[in-house]
Amino acid sequence: MNPFFKFINSSVGKKILMSLTGMLLSIFLVEHLAGNLLLLKNDSGEAFNAYAKFMGGNPIVRTMEIGLLGIILLHIFNGIRLWLENRGARDKKYDSYQLSENTTLQSRMMKLSAALFLWFLIVHMRTFWFHARILGEHDIASLVYSTFQQLWYVVFYLGSLVVVGFHLRHGFQSAFQTLGLRTKKYQSLIDFIAVLFWFVIPAGFAFITIFIYLYKGNAVALAQ
Amino acid sequence: MNLTLKVWRQKDKNDEGRFIEYSAKNISPDMSFLEMLDIVNIDLVKKGETPIVFDHDCREGICGSCGMMINGRAHGPGRGIATCQLHMRSFADDDEIVIEPWRAKSFPVLKDLMVDRTSFERIMRSGGYTSAKTGGIPDGNSILVPKPVADEAFDAAACIGCGACVAACPNSSAMLFVSAKVSQLALLPQGQAERETRVQRMVAQMDEEKFGSCSNTYACEAECPKGISVVHIARLNREYITAQL
Ligand code: HEM
Ligand code: SF4
Ligand code: FES
Repeated sequence: MNPFFKFINSSVGKKILMSLTGMLLSIFLVEHLAGNLLLLKNDSGEAFNAYAKFMGGNPIVRTMEIGLLGIILLHIFNGIRLWLENRGARDKKYDSYQLSENTTLQSRMMKLSAALFLWFLIVHMRTFWFHARILGEHDIASLVYSTFQQLWYVVFYLGSLVVVGFHLRHGFQSAFQTLGLRTKKYQSLIDFIAVLFWFVIPAGFAFITIFIYLYKGNAVALAQ
Repeated sequence: MNLTLKVWRQKDKNDEGRFIEYSAKNISPDMSFLEMLDIVNIDLVKKGETPIVFDHDCREGICGSCGMMINGRAHGPGRGIATCQLHMRSFADDDEIVIEPWRAKSFPVLKDLMVDRTSFERIMRSGGYTSAKTGGIPDGNSILVPKPVADEAFDAAACIGCGACVAACPNSSAMLFVSAKVSQLALLPQGQAERETRVQRMVAQMDEEKFGSCSNTYACEAECPKGISVVHIARLNREYITAQL
């Protein structure tokens, strides 16, 4: 077999694929949050719409977007493959199994947080990305402002952000461990940076969500 | 103390197996868990029944053979001990104790609580060795090993191959065991000749044995009787990556 395929199909290789795709997705979250901060501006969404227009029009960004889609699909399918294989590695289950005494809640919930997150992602893409890229609408900021006037939608988002935080609480350090970088020397540094990803970033998205719900109602009323 | 045991009984590899309840009476809290099972077995023999089969040898925590799942924990409650070092005082009078064999596809049950761990041996055979040089005896101190490196290698070498890491892991992954072996030899000058082929071969054999993939839950480290750290798993990953380059 081709050495690359042999590597990527080995147990360690599959985990490395998981960790690299997970890390790239984490970096995407940084960009995504930075862009969304424009929604906070008091300019009827002008700055955000200009940003959205740039993102939708720039060929380099569009190529990266396709790459991102590929990365997320790799992450999901590789995750499902690992899950199925790992489940099969124990053919007979324990009658009594106290995994909770040895592991964190977040690590045990990885598959659940992944599934919930995928559900969120589909709803999220349908609500915004579909309108921007497929229907080619321009005033995405107004769409965002009006969408987040619905309380149930806000609650759904906040819940999903907790799920993302859970996924990254385990995932972020796990990715470094898989790459062999989580050594004694760097453990505390990694745990520190991890807080940015599993807490600060989801909290940033949550802040934007709540801010829009509370203060952007008039922007919607004005537009109508 | 008096206890109710729910023990996994299985005649052989092909038997379906089932839980059977036994009562353990007049057990001293100072007995080890294996001694408690000995008492139950003496009763069974007296009644003409087949005793509960379990692996054991040294009974002092160094051979790694006494693996069993006790109330959902590898080697029972407590940290850093094998079943032979577990004392009955860790339980309360009238407790019910569930006793099961290690559960992993790569550790088929042979009989009752005894499992076949030769998959570990095949992994060792695939790369857990160093090339031996023949000829005269080298001078003492001709191979220098810095103390911190020797300590780290020694920590890894403490692994007794008990399989608790696999048993405790939600993915039945053997990474802690394999990483301890890879790490020990990768750290020492004597292990350098096979350094790259070793990690590749041992991981390949581990995969062939159908152990699961590590998802870094660290359940293994928590249950390892020898306190093997997951930093060795990080080292294995590093060794595996650099061996590709
Ligand atoms: C922006 C989105 C996402 C980010 C930033 C992200 C990040 C990560 C990271 C960093 C890891 C750890 C990698 C490792 O263990 O080495 C991980 C693992 C994982 N992710 Fe994601 N992920 C995202 C979305 C998803 C989605 C949508 C799914 C599935 C539907 C998913 C499924 C999984 C699974 C199954 C694992 C492996 C868990 C394990 O082996 O214990 N992820 N993710
Ligand atoms: S790493 Fe620990 S739990 Fe795993 S086989 Fe070695 S001694 Fe047992
Ligand atoms: S009997 Fe040897 S480790 Fe328990």
